Amino acid sequence: MDDIQTRLQKSSRATRQDYFGKVICYSCIGLIILLVACILYFIASKGLATFTQNGVKFWNFLTQSDWKPGDVDKYGNPQVGALPMIVTSFSVTILAALLATPFAIGAAIFMTEIANKKGAKFLQPVIELLVGIPSVVYGFIGLSLIVPFIRGIFGGTGFGILSGTLVLFVMVLPTITSLSVDSLKSVPMHYRQASLALGATRWQTIYKVILKAAAPGLLTAVIFGMARAFGEALAVQMVIGNAVLMPKNLISPASTLTSKLTTEIGNTVMGTLPNNALWSLALVLLFMSLLFNLIVRFIGRRGNIKNER
Amino acid sequence: MKTYDFSQQYINKIEQEVALSTNNVQVHYGKSHAIFDASLSFPRFQITSLIGASGSGKSTYLRCLNRMNDKIAQVDGEIIYRNTDINSKKINVYEVRRHIGMVFQRPNPFAKSIKENIQFALKNNGINDKNELQKRLETSLKDAALWDEVKDDLDKSALALSGGQQQRLCIARSIAMHPDILLLDEPASALDPISTSKIEETLKLLSKNYTIIIVTHNMQQASRISDYTAFFHMGHVIEYNKTKNIFTAPEIKATEDYISGDFG
Repeated sequence: MDDIQTRLQKSSRATRQDYFGKVICYSCIGLIILLVACILYFIASKGLATFTQNGVKFWNFLTQSDWKPGDVDKYGNPQVGALPMIVTSFSVTILAALLATPFAIGAAIFMTEIANKKGAKFLQPVIELLVGIPSVVYGFIGLSLIVPFIRGIFGGTGFGILSGTLVLFVMVLPTITSLSVDSLKSVPMHYRQASLALGATRWQTIYKVILKAAAPGLLTAVIFGMARAFGEALAVQMVIGNAVLMPKNLISPASTLTSKLTTEIGNTVMGTLPNNALWSLALVLLFMSLLFNLIVRFIGRRGNIKNER
Repeated sequence: MKTYDFSQQYINKIEQEVALSTNNVQVHYGKSHAIFDASLSFPRFQITSLIGASGSGKSTYLRCLNRMNDKIAQVDGEIIYRNTDINSKKINVYEVRRHIGMVFQRPNPFAKSIKENIQFALKNNGINDKNELQKRLETSLKDAALWDEVKDDLDKSALALSGGQQQRLCIARSIAMHPDILLLDEPASALDPISTSKIEETLKLLSKNYTIIIVTHNMQQASRISDYTAFFHMGHVIEYNKTKNIFTAPEIKATEDYISGDFG
C-alpha cells in the first residue's frame, strides 16, 4: 500500500510528458500572439505618424482626393488625400464580389446537389487549381488579354476599375466557390430527405431549404472572397492604371490602396511624410481586413444560434 | 445463427379495400440484393407494421413505397397505387410523395418556425390563400395532437421543441398535405416512453382517415397499434397476417422465434 501511496504523489514519465507538451504548445501560441501584436504595433505607429508627427488631419486623409505627399498646397498643408484609393479599392472589391457570387454559388450548387460523384470529383481539383495560380500570372493574363479587350470595346487606355474587376472576379471565384461547397455540404442530409418526402421538387428543395440553411456559410464565403479581393495587390496593380485620380467611370485609370503601396513603397525614404502616408494606407488595409474578420465571426455566431438543435 | 428456409412464407390475403400493394419488389444496392420478391397489400385506413431485425430490409422496403430510394438503390417490380404502377420511370415522383407522405426516424424539422414548417409543402404546391393556410395549419396540428402545446408559439423555431413534439410536428407537416398514405420509419425509436405513447395515440386516431404503414423494431409497439403486421427477415417477407394472429399464433417458425426473442 505504501508503495502506491508514494507513487500517487510522485511525478512520472507521463506527467512530465504532459507538462512538456503543454510548454511547447503555449510557447508556440505565445510566439504567434507576440508576432501579431508586433505587426499591429509597427503598422499602427508608422501609420499614425502621418497624423501625429506630420500634422495631417485624419479627416482630410479620408475625405480629400489630392495625393501628392511630397508637396504642400497653397495653405502649406501636405496633400495626403486617400479618398480616390479607398473608393477604388471598395469599387473593385464590391463589383468583383457581385460578379463572382452568382457564378460561385451556382457552381457550388452544381457540385454538391446536381453533379454525380464523378463530376464533383473532376471539378474539385479544377477549382483548387484556380486558387493556386500565382497572382502575377493572373495580372499578366489581365494585362495581355483583358486590357486590350476593354480598350477595343470601350476605348480609352483599357486600364481601370473594369479591368481590375474582371481580373479579381477570376481570382475570387474559386475562393467563394470552395467555401460555398463546404457550407452546402454541411447542410444535414435529413433536410433534403424531409423536403423531398413532402413532395418538394429538387429545385424547391435547393432554393427553399438548402440555400436557406446554408445562408450564413454562403455569406461568409462571399466576405472571404471580398477580403481576398480587397487585399490583392499585384494583379490589380498590373491592370488598374495606377493613377491616383478619383475614378470617373469604370475605364478611367485609377489606383487601389494595395496597388499604390506596391508601386510607391520603394520610392520613399523611411521616416518622411511620403513614407508615413503609405503606412497610413497600410493601416487602412489592416483595419479593413480586421473588419471583414469581425463580420465573418458575427455571421458565424448568428448561424450557429439559428441552426442549433 | 439459425438458418431458415425462405421459401416458407405465409401471406394472408387482404379482403378489405387495398390502398397500396407491391408485386415482386426487388431492391439492389449495387451488387447486394436487399429485398427479395416482396409482395404485400396494405388495407385502407388500417395500420400495418413492418417488423424484423436490423438489416432485414424493412426500412428499405418502406422507402420504396414513395420512391425515396431513387438514386440510392435499384428498385424493380410493381408498386400499385390507384391502379397505377408508381415504380415506373414515367411517374411524377413529386406527385407520388404528395399522396404518400413519410416521417423519418430522427425528427427532422427545418430550421424554420413551426408555422413555416407546416406550410412549406403547401406553399410549394401553390396554396397561397391565407385562410386555407391557416386552416390547414390548425387542423394538421390538431390531428397530430400538438395544437394545444404550440398554439401560442407558432412563430417560434421548430428546433426549440422537444424531440417528441418535433416528431409530432413532422407528422403534422406530412398530413397537412392531405396524403392518402402515411409511411413512418421507426418514428418513436429516438423518443422517450411518454413521447412514444403520445405518438402511438396520434397514429391510432389518424388511422381513421389515413392508411398508415409503420416500420418498428419495437414488437410491443407493433402489437399495440397495428392491425396487420409483416415480418421481414434478411430481405424476405416471411409472414404477413393480422397482428393478433402473428403475435399469438405465428404460422412460420422464424416468426415465432423472432417474436419470442429466440433468434439469431
